[in-house]
Amino acid sequence: MDFNGSDTVVGPTGADLLPDTVTTAVKVVVVGGFGVGKTTLVSAVSEIRPLTTEETMTQAGVGVDDPTGVEQKTSTTVAMDFGRISISDRLVLYVFGTPGQERFWFLWNGLFEGALGAVVLVDTRRLEVSFEVIGRLEERGVPFVVAVNGFPEAPSVPLDELRSALDLPPEVPIVACDARSRESSRDTLMTLMHYLYELAAPPATG
Amino acid sequence: MTAEQGGWDGPEPDRLYVITRGRSGPSGPGVFDLVTLIVSLDEPTPAHQPEHAAILRLCRSPLSVAEVSAYLELPVSVVTVLLADLLDDGLIEARSAAVPAAELPDRALLEAVIHGLQRL
Repeated sequence: MDFNGSDTVVGPTGADLLPDTVTTAVKVVVVGGFGVGKTTLVSAVSEIRPLTTEETMTQAGVGVDDPTGVEQKTSTTVAMDFGRISISDRLVLYVFGTPGQERFWFLWNGLFEGALGAVVLVDTRRLEVSFEVIGRLEERGVPFVVAVNGFPEAPSVPLDELRSALDLPPEVPIVACDARSRESSRDTLMTLMHYLYELAAPPATG
Repeated sequence: MTAEQGGWDGPEPDRLYVITRGRSGPSGPGVFDLVTLIVSLDEPTPAHQPEHAAILRLCRSPLSVAEVSAYLELPVSVVTVLLADLLDDGLIEARSAAVPAAELPDRALLEAVIHGLQRL
């Protein structure tokens, strides 16, 4: 894990290289509880093998009650998986999956700033995680859609019922998703983009 | 490396301190977003710190800050300190993220993304 010097760093090769014509990058964030399928969704849509980035953040005010194994440490490292989709020869979209511990998501400076929006990935067996996330996104003014990952063993709940259980505003889209499927995950991102399009102000004339 | 759990699985803090010569990253969104694209403008020389040289090699093709962090296995806040050095020295170009923080994306950008996703 240590940085061993520049000669040992293996960067992207071949098809993983972005053309020099790419001038613009945008990002979306996939949020959801541990094991809900965030990394699966990122892998499904990404043109590159998902990468892992990390950030070091202080624990002050984080509410850590049991800093097991990190005694005398004042900060911790949070890792996050992300993938990439080339939209055109000028534009590229990055999809970030938030780390497992919810308390870190909103401490990561710059994760949500500048994001187009977010996908809240929901596991019907653990709705309580989604409440917290949705509340935080609303506080921050981050537009989001809700995607229900269809685990075979999870109870199948009609989307209408989930909407009221999650207390979603009527305009927020809620869709079913199979995070393992490229098409289904792509369609979930499309739902977010169409929603954002509706929210966006029409271009100024002149 | 697993993505779901935190903890000290990265370089030790002392080492990170040395790499940045004690400087810490910006506390909020600064010049570099996670998806700011970095492109090298020059080749590394033996005089460069190894981490700076590694970035210059990695970014011969455009790479996002997040990708640089991933390939170097260094935290984003450390990478942005290193990138700021290179930017100051005119060795890299930073292609800024499309959507400034606290602003909504415009429809033309969203249309482009929608068209791109349709082809996926």
